[in-house]
Amino acid sequence: MTTHYLVLSALLFAIGAVGVLVRRNAIVVFMCVELMLNACNLAFVTFARQHGNLDGQIIAFFVMVVAAAEVVIGLAIIVMIFRTRRSASVDDANLLKY
Amino acid sequence: MQSPVEIIPHSSGVVGVSWLMIVLPLLGAAILLLSGRRTDRWGHFLGVAMVLASFVVAVASFVELLGLPEDQRRMGVALYQFIPGMADMGLLIDPLSISFALLITGVGSLIHIYSIGYMSHDPDRRRFFAYLNLFVAAMLLLVLADNYVALFIGWEGVGLASYLLIGFWQHKPSAAAAAKKAFIVNRVGDFGLLIAIFTIWTTFGSVAFAKVFPLAGEASNGTMTAVGLLLLLGACGKSAQLPLQSWLLDAMEGPTPVSALIHAATMVTAGVYLIVRSGAFFEVAPTAQLVVTIVGVATLLAGAIIGSAKDDIKKGLAGSTMSQIGYMMLAAGIGPAGYAFAIAHLITHGFFKANLFLGAGSVMHGMNDEVDMRRYGGLFPVMRITAITFIIGYLAIIGFPLLSGYFTKDGIIETAMEHNQILGWLAVLGAGLTGFYMSRMVFMTFFGKKRWADDAHPHESPAVMTVPLILLSIGSIFLGAFLILGNRFMKFLAPAVGLPEELPVFHFGSTAGLATLALVAVGAVFAWFRYGAADVPEVAPRGSFLTTFARRDLYGDALNETLLMRPGQWLTRFAVFFDNRGVDGLVNGLAATIGGTSGRLRRIQTGYVRSYALSILFGAAVVVGALLYVGNM
Amino acid sequence: MGETITFWVLAVLSVAAAFGLVFSRKAVYSALMLGMVMLSLAVLYAIQDAPFLAAVQIIVYTGAVMMLFLFVLMLVGVDSADSLVETIRGQRFWAAVAGLGFAVLLALGVGNVTFAAPTGMEAAVKEAGGNVPSLAQLLFTRYVFAFEVTSALLITAALGAMVLAHRERVRPKATQRELARARFIGPQPSPLPGPGTYALHNAIDMPALLPDGTVSPKSINRVLARHDTEDGVRPTDPEKAALIKQVIEKDIVVKEAPEQEDDR
Repeated sequence: MTTHYLVLSALLFAIGAVGVLVRRNAIVVFMCVELMLNACNLAFVTFARQHGNLDGQIIAFFVMVVAAAEVVIGLAIIVMIFRTRRSASVDDANLLKY
Repeated sequence: MQSPVEIIPHSSGVVGVSWLMIVLPLLGAAILLLSGRRTDRWGHFLGVAMVLASFVVAVASFVELLGLPEDQRRMGVALYQFIPGMADMGLLIDPLSISFALLITGVGSLIHIYSIGYMSHDPDRRRFFAYLNLFVAAMLLLVLADNYVALFIGWEGVGLASYLLIGFWQHKPSAAAAAKKAFIVNRVGDFGLLIAIFTIWTTFGSVAFAKVFPLAGEASNGTMTAVGLLLLLGACGKSAQLPLQSWLLDAMEGPTPVSALIHAATMVTAGVYLIVRSGAFFEVAPTAQLVVTIVGVATLLAGAIIGSAKDDIKKGLAGSTMSQIGYMMLAAGIGPAGYAFAIAHLITHGFFKANLFLGAGSVMHGMNDEVDMRRYGGLFPVMRITAITFIIGYLAIIGFPLLSGYFTKDGIIETAMEHNQILGWLAVLGAGLTGFYMSRMVFMTFFGKKRWADDAHPHESPAVMTVPLILLSIGSIFLGAFLILGNRFMKFLAPAVGLPEELPVFHFGSTAGLATLALVAVGAVFAWFRYGAADVPEVAPRGSFLTTFARRDLYGDALNETLLMRPGQWLTRFAVFFDNRGVDGLVNGLAATIGGTSGRLRRIQTGYVRSYALSILFGAAVVVGALLYVGNM
Repeated sequence: MGETITFWVLAVLSVAAAFGLVFSRKAVYSALMLGMVMLSLAVLYAIQDAPFLAAVQIIVYTGAVMMLFLFVLMLVGVDSADSLVETIRGQRFWAAVAGLGFAVLLALGVGNVTFAAPTGMEAAVKEAGGNVPSLAQLLFTRYVFAFEVTSALLITAALGAMVLAHRERVRPKATQRELARARFIGPQPSPLPGPGTYALHNAIDMPALLPDGTVSPKSINRVLARHDTEDGVRPTDPEKAALIKQVIEKDIVVKEAPEQEDDR
């Protein structure tokens, strides 16, 4: 059963990664990042049960906390950029280049 | 043979302030150069006044020197500590140096006065006088110094001043080139002098004349020969002797008073002075002496041949200077018997050559600065003073009996004849050539048909120019007899250079003297038929091989170019090529490779965060793959 | 057996929702799909002996984080759909290759390992008497330092969000007088007609009727009208449909012009 959970986790992670790569709306990109974090959490919880050890759940908890903080800051940044540039597309912020 | 007397320290009287001789013209130069256009209106008077004051000090020192007994006539004037442990700055007032000082300041003063008129239309007259003063000061330091280091400073000062003056009209490319040429050729000679001074220092541990000359006999013959040859190299550079003669003819690019100053009173005499002053070294190095005489004879013939073919009046005179300095070198190489004649000829030559040059300048002044003698002719009636003084100078230089040149040049020829028959007869031949080329010059300039340019209106020069000419021509007439008869000059110089064992007796009508006179007469008559009686073509005919040879300065420049310039050019071209293609090619190629690569690589930085994320994901995939691979091994 | 059924149902559901998250054009749909994935994961946590995490997942993620996302979406424009045309050449292809490769590699790695039957959490939670007390014991003993650091992180994040979202007032606040002046200088001193006035329905998407029975263009809700136009939903009344179309076109033209500071 453990294998199934882990493969599901890997699938979700990969889908999230592809989402980061193909979507241009910064908010959707952000959602995909969250998806990847959640996939990791699933792997942690699975391993915690596999080994009968609570540490995996603790880590998943911390990941959630950090993700919450990250969402707060990230969305604030997106709002600010949108305010000044009238756009939430990550491709529009491409001034830092050759 | 009587040796020179010892140098006695001295610090009182006029001799005690003899440094004023150098300082006054130097001060004049400094004031004129530093004050700018403020002194434009009266600067030339200041320059003349400084040289005249210097002349007065020289005369006063001379009178004081004459008042002393013969064995005290060498006075060392210590000034200050110059280079501790090596050289102290001091002056040496003895008959030799005071003779030079009198010549330099005396003739120099006349040239200064003449220049007021000659340069009156030049906007840079003030600068010109500043350089003239600098020239005189440097030359005086050269002859009055009591050690080789101070002498070398004067020597270099002369080189600098000559550079500045020859290139005075630096807007003319030819003048700028001539100045550079004089400077560079002189560097070769200076190099020899420097090495000689180094050798003297290592051999004797001193550079002061008072210390090194008494020790000359103790050094090895080889060392002394080397020192002598190196000193000769220095002398050749300054005195335009073979093989460093090439700068002198080009030096005519400077204003005529400069030519007069260089040729008559300063610069070219420095070499003769150096040889005579260093006589103590040469007397123990017979090989070096022999080389000096050979160089002298070769130069006197070469100068005469060049002078015979030049149509430019100043270049003709320049060839003549080479030739006459050759006589002096010949005499200086003979030893104590010749020193007095060398210096006496130098002094009389100073007068008549200044006379001739200033006369030529006066002619040019009246002829719109035309220098080609083929465009002169028949000038005698329109500029009588110039013509008469020029002819007096001419008679003096060819050795017309009883004029200055007769006594001094005959003295040299006869001494040479006693020393070595071959050298003597070659000197006689040179005298004949002198008769030819100087006569040619006079006939082409003052007699014959008028071949003037259409816009030429020849006229006599102002008094400020003719008075110096008259004074110089008086010197040209009487100075020789005064110096030579009764060995007056030889005895005067004795405290400085010594006396030969038996004093020469000047007698009219010796074999050599008669032969000289005969050859000179033949030369003059030949010149009369070629250039006096016959018509002179206004454009130079092609001429024989010998004429071309002489016109090209005996191929001296061609030789220098082939032997020195072209290999140097090849070397520099190769170095430039190597630098451009080899070194720069490597460095630039590397830089271009890196630059080009990074120029392409930076295109990867698209600014799109998604591109970067893609590469991160690829990297992560590779890491996972690698982990799996390693874990399965 | 029950776990297997639950897993397969939720696995299919969450993967489908994840795909929906990635491929839906509208950000709001993406957000809802993400919520679906999170809820599924919460259930999966619960059946894997992690009830506390399941609760936190629902409260923090589905409750707080998702609401934050939706809130920001409202701020930055919920009314527009993303263009799905790719602008970076090859990005989609290579993203698919990399994603697929990554998933396959991870799956291979996991598949290569043979796991024993899961140990289960009974032994671990027995001492403290349950999942939550056990986690609390760990958090406040072994992980207390990390826990405190996390609190610092949250405070910092809150402050950071405030700083980032704060807008400096660059001109003085408009006074009542200025506002009134601007209003009367403008084209419309009176309030806009509300939707549904004189109409048969008072729904928000119903334009107001003027006393003569014609539609008032000023009463059309722009956002709803745009959505209706994009989705092809037109009022049956041709007059209204034409009017809505006309308003939208005019609106697009107006949007080009610089927007003035609006008080939301």
